[in-house]
Amino acid sequence: MHSHEAVLKVEHVSKSFGPVQALIDGCVELFPGEAHALLGENGAGKSTLVKILAGIYDVDAGEIILNGVPVEISSPLAARAAGIAVIYQEPTLFPDLSVAENIFMGRQPLSAGRRIDKAEMIRRTRSVFERLGVDISATRKARGLSVADQQIVEIAKAISFDSKIIIMDEPTAALTDVEVARLFEVVKTLRSEGSAIMFISHRLEEVFAMCQRVTIMRDGNFVRTSTIEEISLDEIIFSMVGRDIVSVYSRHNSELGDLILDVKGLTRAGVFKDINFQVHSGEIVALAGLVGAGRTEVARGIFGIDPIDGGVVTFKGKKLKSGSPLAAMSAGIGFVPEDRRQQGLVMDMAIDRNVALASIHDLTRLGLIKSGSEKSLATRWASQLQVKFGRFSNPVKTLSGGNQQKVVLAKWLARTPSLLIIDEPTRGIDIGTKSEVHKLLSELVSNGIGILMISSEMPEVLGVADRILVIHEGRLSAEFSRAEATEALIMRAATGQESVVA
Amino acid sequence: MSTFKTLLSGRSRALVRWEFGLVLLLIATMIFGANESKYFLGWQTFFFAGLNFGEIAIMALPMTLIIITGEIDLSVASMLGLSASLLGYLFIHGWNIWLAMGICLIVGILGGALNGALITILGLPSIAVTIGTLTLYRGIALIVLGSNTAQGFPVSFTKLSLPIAHTHIAWDFAIFIVLALIFGVVLHSTALGRSIFAIGLQPETAFFSGIRVKRIKFSLYVVSGLISAFAGLLYTFQQSSSASDTGLGLELNVVAIALFGGISIFGGRGTIIGVVLAVCVFGSLQASLTAINVSAQAQNIVTGCLLLVSVLLPNLTQSFSDTKRKLQRRKVVGT
Repeated sequence: MHSHEAVLKVEHVSKSFGPVQALIDGCVELFPGEAHALLGENGAGKSTLVKILAGIYDVDAGEIILNGVPVEISSPLAARAAGIAVIYQEPTLFPDLSVAENIFMGRQPLSAGRRIDKAEMIRRTRSVFERLGVDISATRKARGLSVADQQIVEIAKAISFDSKIIIMDEPTAALTDVEVARLFEVVKTLRSEGSAIMFISHRLEEVFAMCQRVTIMRDGNFVRTSTIEEISLDEIIFSMVGRDIVSVYSRHNSELGDLILDVKGLTRAGVFKDINFQVHSGEIVALAGLVGAGRTEVARGIFGIDPIDGGVVTFKGKKLKSGSPLAAMSAGIGFVPEDRRQQGLVMDMAIDRNVALASIHDLTRLGLIKSGSEKSLATRWASQLQVKFGRFSNPVKTLSGGNQQKVVLAKWLARTPSLLIIDEPTRGIDIGTKSEVHKLLSELVSNGIGILMISSEMPEVLGVADRILVIHEGRLSAEFSRAEATEALIMRAATGQESVVA
Repeated sequence: MSTFKTLLSGRSRALVRWEFGLVLLLIATMIFGANESKYFLGWQTFFFAGLNFGEIAIMALPMTLIIITGEIDLSVASMLGLSASLLGYLFIHGWNIWLAMGICLIVGILGGALNGALITILGLPSIAVTIGTLTLYRGIALIVLGSNTAQGFPVSFTKLSLPIAHTHIAWDFAIFIVLALIFGVVLHSTALGRSIFAIGLQPETAFFSGIRVKRIKFSLYVVSGLISAFAGLLYTFQQSSSASDTGLGLELNVVAIALFGGISIFGGRGTIIGVVLAVCVFGSLQASLTAINVSAQAQNIVTGCLLLVSVLLPNLTQSFSDTKRKLQRRKVVGT
C-alpha cells in the first residue's frame, strides 16, 4: 500500500520543561499515502511531539529524520519548508481576511509592479478546493466559517504549500457527522496524492474508520505501533491506559445535603441560553459536552467572570450579584479555571503567594500582611494536598503540571468554599496525580462541599460525577443520573442527536 | 555571608542582584566624584542632588506602581506643569495661596481620573492615552498662564528651596523619603501590593482571584495625578516662579529612574528600594559629572546610555543563558 521509504521518522525524541518531562521517548514513523493515528491519554506527550514537529519546541535529545536525512526543525518556518503542516484543534485564521487571502498569507501571487494578483489568488484557491472536492467560496471572509470549514481552509493552505506531511490535532472534536464524513473524503484524496497524514484523536471508532496504522503513547513514552487490522479496540485502550480504567476512580458515599446553587434561565446572548440546574452540597455534578458547547462559559457566568444577559443565580438562598467574582467568592464559591497558566496561577509568583492570593485580605492586620501568614497558609494546604516542591519562595512555574493544579486547588480550598467549580480538573497532569485529585474531590463532597465539574474526559465524567448535565450548542440537552449514564448516551446528547432533558 | 546567600537564593534573586549592582555603582560614582573634587563628599553635593532630583523622584513612586501593573503614565510632567501654571495664575489673580494649592491638587486628581477612566473603562492602551493627555495637560497649562511667568510667591513657601532648618537635607528629598517609605510598605506588605504584582504578571489570574483589576489601576492613575500636581507645587516654590513649560520633558526622566531601579517595563517585577537606589545613583552621577565639568548636554548622553544598559542587561543575560543551553544541547546530540 505504501512505499518502503518513510517520509518522516521520529526517533527517541525527548523534551522536558524544567522538572517536568513532557516527552521521554517519542517515536513514530510516517509513510507516504497513509493515515496514521497518534493515540494516548491527555499528558501522554502527543501534543509535545506535535509541537516539536511544528517547530515550536526544540528537542532535548533524539532525531527527526525527513526523507532519510536528519533535520533540525528550529522554527515554524523551518517546519513549513520541510513540508510539515500542522492543523490545530482551533484553527487560527484571520477573521477579517478572505478565505483566499488566508490561504496565501505572506506569499501572495504578485503581478507586474509587485502588486498582489487577486484574480490569480482566487483562481488558485478555487482549484485547491476543487481538488479537495469541497464547496467553500474563495472570496468570503473567514469570520463566520464553521470550525469544519476553517479546518478545510487550513488543509487547503497546507497543500498549497506542497506539504507532504499533514498533522491534525483532534480535527473531529467539534464536527458534526456530515462534516466528519466530508473530512474523511478530503483525507482520502490527500492520501491518494501521496501525502502522509497524522491524526490525533480521542474518538477511537473514527481511528478505525480512517487510519491504516496507529502509534500509541503513554506517559511520554512510545508504547507500540501497529496496523489497524492487527489491533483491537480493547488492546488500544489497554495500551493507552496501561491498567484497568475502572479501578482509578474512588467513590464517595455522602448524603445529599441542602440545595446550594440554583441556576434559573441563565442566558448569555449567542453563547448559552436558558440554562437551569441545581447543585446540592455533598454531590458532584458534571457538565459534559463537546469543546465549544458553552460549558466553560456557563461556569464563568455563574462565577461572575463574564456578564450575563438573563436569568438568576441563587446561592444558599440569596440572589448572587452577577458580573462580580468577588461577590461569588465572598458568598462561598471557588473557581478552578480551565487554563492553569493564564487564569489559575501567577506563574512567576512564589508558590506560597499563589496559594494565598485569593485569601490575602483575610491575612492582614491593620492593612499589613501578617508576617509569615502566607507561608503558614501554604504549608497547611501543601501538606494536605501533598504538593511536591523545592521551597515556597520558588516561582510556581517550576512545579510539574500536577503540582501546579494542586496549588490552584489549595488556593481555593484555603477559602473553605461551600461550592467548588472545577473546569477540567485533571487536564495535562500525570496519572498518579490525577487519581489523587479524584480522591480529593470525593473527600471534599464527603465533607459537605458541592462540586460542579466540567470535564471533556468521558471516563472522568462517568467515574466521578453523581449527576451529569450535557450541554449542546449552548443549551442543556440532557441530564443523567450516575446509574443511567453511558458514554454512548452522553455522546449522543452532546452531539445533538437526541434531546432528553428531564 | 550566609544571610547574603539566603537572600540570593530567595524569592527575588534577580532583584537582589540588581539592587546590589546599584549599591556598587553608587559607591563607584561617589569614589570617582570624591577623587575629582575635595568638596564632593560635602553636604552641598548631597543637598543639591536632592534638590535637582526631588520632583522626578517623587513622581517615580506612583510611576513604579503603574509600571508594575503593566501600564505607564506619560502625562506626569505635563500635570506638574499644569499644576505649576494654575498655581501661578491663581496667585497672580489674588487667590489665597492655600486655596490655590487645594485647587491644583484637585485638578491633579481629576487629570489622573481622566487617564484612569480612559484606560480602565474604555480599555484603551495606557501609552496612547497618556501621550494624548501629555499634550492635553500641557496645552491647558499654556492657555492658563500663556507666555507669562508667575513670580513673587510668599517667602514662607519659597524657602522650601533651602535645606530643612538645622540640617543639610533638601525638603523635596525628605518628602521623597517619607513617600518612598509609604509606597514601599504598600507595595511590599499589603494586599494591594500583592494585587499590583499579580495584575502585572497575569492579569487574568488576578481577575479570576477576585482582584478588582480595573479599580486598582484607576486608583493608581488618580494617585499619580495627585502626586504630580503636588510635585508641581513643590517645583514652583523651589524655583520661586512658574511658567507653562515648567518640567517640560521630565516624564522621560521619571520613567528612566523607575526602569533603572529595576522595575520591569513588562510589569510584575521591581522594588521601591531599587527606585530609591536609582535616585541616589543618578544624583551622585550627575554631581560627579558636574565636578569634572561635563556639560549638561553630555550628561544626558551618559544617563541615556545607563538607561539603555539597564534595559538591555537583564535581556542580554537571558539570551546568553539560552544560547549556552542550546550549545550544550548540540554537544550532547553530536556525541
